[in-house]
Amino acid sequence: MSTEPNTIDIDRDIGNFYYNVAAKKDAGVGLTEKTIDYIVEAKQEPEWIREFRHNAYRVFNSKPLPTHWASRELEVIDFDKIRYYLASGDAPKRSWEEVPEDIKRTFERLGIPESERKFLAGVEAQFDSEAVYSNIKKAVSDQGVIFMGSTDALKERPDLFRKWFGKVIPTGDNKFSALNSAVFSGGSFIYVPPGVKVNHPLQAYFRINAENFGQFERTLIIADEGSEVMYMEGCTAPKFTTATLHSAVVELVALPGAKIQYITVQNWSPNVFNLVTKRGLAHEEAEIKWIDCNIGSRLTMKYPGVVLKGRKARGEVISIALAGDGQHQDTGAKMIHAADETTSNIVSKSISVGKGRATYRGLVHVPKHLKHCKNNTECDALLINAHSRTDTYPAITVRGTGNAAQHEASVSQISAEQIFYMQQRGLSEGQAMSLAVNGFVNDLVRQFPMEYSVELKRLIDLEMEGSVG
Amino acid sequence: MFEAELMSSIVIKDLRVAIGEKEIIRGLNLEFSQGEVHAVMGPNGSGKSTLAKVMAGHPDYQVTNGDILLDGESILEMEPDERSRRGLFMAFQYPMEIPGVSNANFLRAAIQARLHEGEELDATDFYQRLYEKMDLLEIRREFTARSVNEGFSGGEKKRNEILQLAILEPAFAVLDETDSGLDIDALKVVAKGVNKLRGPDIGILLITHYQRLLNYIIPDYVHVMHEGQIVRSGAKDLALELESKGYDWLKAGGGERKEPVAAS
Repeated sequence: MSTEPNTIDIDRDIGNFYYNVAAKKDAGVGLTEKTIDYIVEAKQEPEWIREFRHNAYRVFNSKPLPTHWASRELEVIDFDKIRYYLASGDAPKRSWEEVPEDIKRTFERLGIPESERKFLAGVEAQFDSEAVYSNIKKAVSDQGVIFMGSTDALKERPDLFRKWFGKVIPTGDNKFSALNSAVFSGGSFIYVPPGVKVNHPLQAYFRINAENFGQFERTLIIADEGSEVMYMEGCTAPKFTTATLHSAVVELVALPGAKIQYITVQNWSPNVFNLVTKRGLAHEEAEIKWIDCNIGSRLTMKYPGVVLKGRKARGEVISIALAGDGQHQDTGAKMIHAADETTSNIVSKSISVGKGRATYRGLVHVPKHLKHCKNNTECDALLINAHSRTDTYPAITVRGTGNAAQHEASVSQISAEQIFYMQQRGLSEGQAMSLAVNGFVNDLVRQFPMEYSVELKRLIDLEMEGSVG
Repeated sequence: MFEAELMSSIVIKDLRVAIGEKEIIRGLNLEFSQGEVHAVMGPNGSGKSTLAKVMAGHPDYQVTNGDILLDGESILEMEPDERSRRGLFMAFQYPMEIPGVSNANFLRAAIQARLHEGEELDATDFYQRLYEKMDLLEIRREFTARSVNEGFSGGEKKRNEILQLAILEPAFAVLDETDSGLDIDALKVVAKGVNKLRGPDIGILLITHYQRLLNYIIPDYVHVMHEGQIVRSGAKDLALELESKGYDWLKAGGGERKEPVAAS
């Protein structure tokens, strides 16, 4: 057994370690038609997936990098040097004891705690491409809830999977959703039957371990009529010197009256490109809420969205972005109103430290023929130093009568006088900064499940204490 | 332990302080000990608030000469937070607002910063102590959940400063114009709080423009500051003399220079 303590404490070296894991399946470096065939064969996937992947590969090649509006930093990514598929080749494990020792050590170091199993309904942890550990408490599966890796789901439940897969986010949505569609591997699949309310949050940890290895997980959550589910994902990556790409696609489907809450707290190491497409489809009177916390990475581009397809559907995005020195958090939200009486709410808070840069990009669309739609957008930015930067690009299109949108934005700075005041009470400069930053996001963090708010506070503490010389 | 070490003192020697090119404190001497209350009075621009900020270690001011000693040790190289943890408290003239941080969390963080590594504050003890001090200052319970000074009235802010002082129990407290902006009722509450905290374990430096505060907090010693120096020192009656003659008396040269009193 490992001697690492089993604790949820996040230390400052979190993610900055890795163990050599013997990879049994490896698609090699670079992306060609052959890479895709290798993945399909390694995963023993059906023919329709092969076609889906090949089509996506062509779409990926046909699309330019979106540098005309996004950061030119994207040009740093060398797609020929990335490893697109790597797996230990073993079937997902059902119990902790069966997980290989070296992989287990990494998880223990990360603090995916055995003790949390009691609280969490099911834990599925992804190590590189494949889920190596997957477990659902009996109580949840007895309710008819399906929680498995998406690779298993497309084989075992094609009836549910195929109906919604790629429907919320089509392959050609953007270059990176196309890339994901071509090489996706791992991620979670959840189906909640009608009327079932899952009492405990379902959770998955994603992790990148191999250098130059892109992680392309694909998650699909379907909440059937009147059901409720909360899903939490936490991400940490080990530190490497060359760029690592993470490009996930997450699709949510809330059928009439269903509620989905999707919570992300991620702490990528500063060399990771984190380019993720997340979108939900809310049917009549359904509710989709994204809670998204982005810490770390070199560049994050992520704009969780909700398509409000049915009457009285509700969409919400609550996001916190912390851009450390040299990092760029380009985040925001998309709300597409497509039915009467739909409401959406966006609250975005960003913190820029040192030369960190936070960008808010929002899209709210209410077409002319709709009635009684409402949107509220708030974005607040906090700058820690004079070199920090924040930009806001809200695009709000509201047409028609009886529709309302409201937008508020603020930029504030932690003043030297505030820091001095807190220092005079005995807090170090780092502690003072950290307290001020935690205060800034406090009203949002209060909405988080307890263990995530604790984790986020610790991540902010570490980030802020590391930011003062 | 030697008896001499039981009583703590602050000694300010020949202090000169500038902000940018401008010299504000020009050779100031002052000494005070635990158990004493000293008042520093002076007209606007005499350097009173600068003195408070320099003692607390505000980064905008440069000490160009002299020293500030806490129990014989210079504090000039110490960060503001270290000075605080060593027992020097300053009540701000304009307390800062810290949005989103509750008063209770702020005070807990401040106490936690004083504990040894690995030591954890006991929440029950903390609240017991906090409520006790809040009662002393006639502060209502819901105050703990409000953000630090955010949306507070002038009186509430000053009362909060005294609450922090009461909780942190420093060896020395510098109260920078704590009376400014207070109506008479608020002033009485604040003064009552300070008077209850008075005792052998705390040395207080009251910085004020007006005699009024000194009707409620009776100092042991009074110092008059003018153009960056202590120009007169004496017993509490000096404040009354100053009140009747006005600061113009100093400006006209009436305040002849005296050596500071030996406080102990």
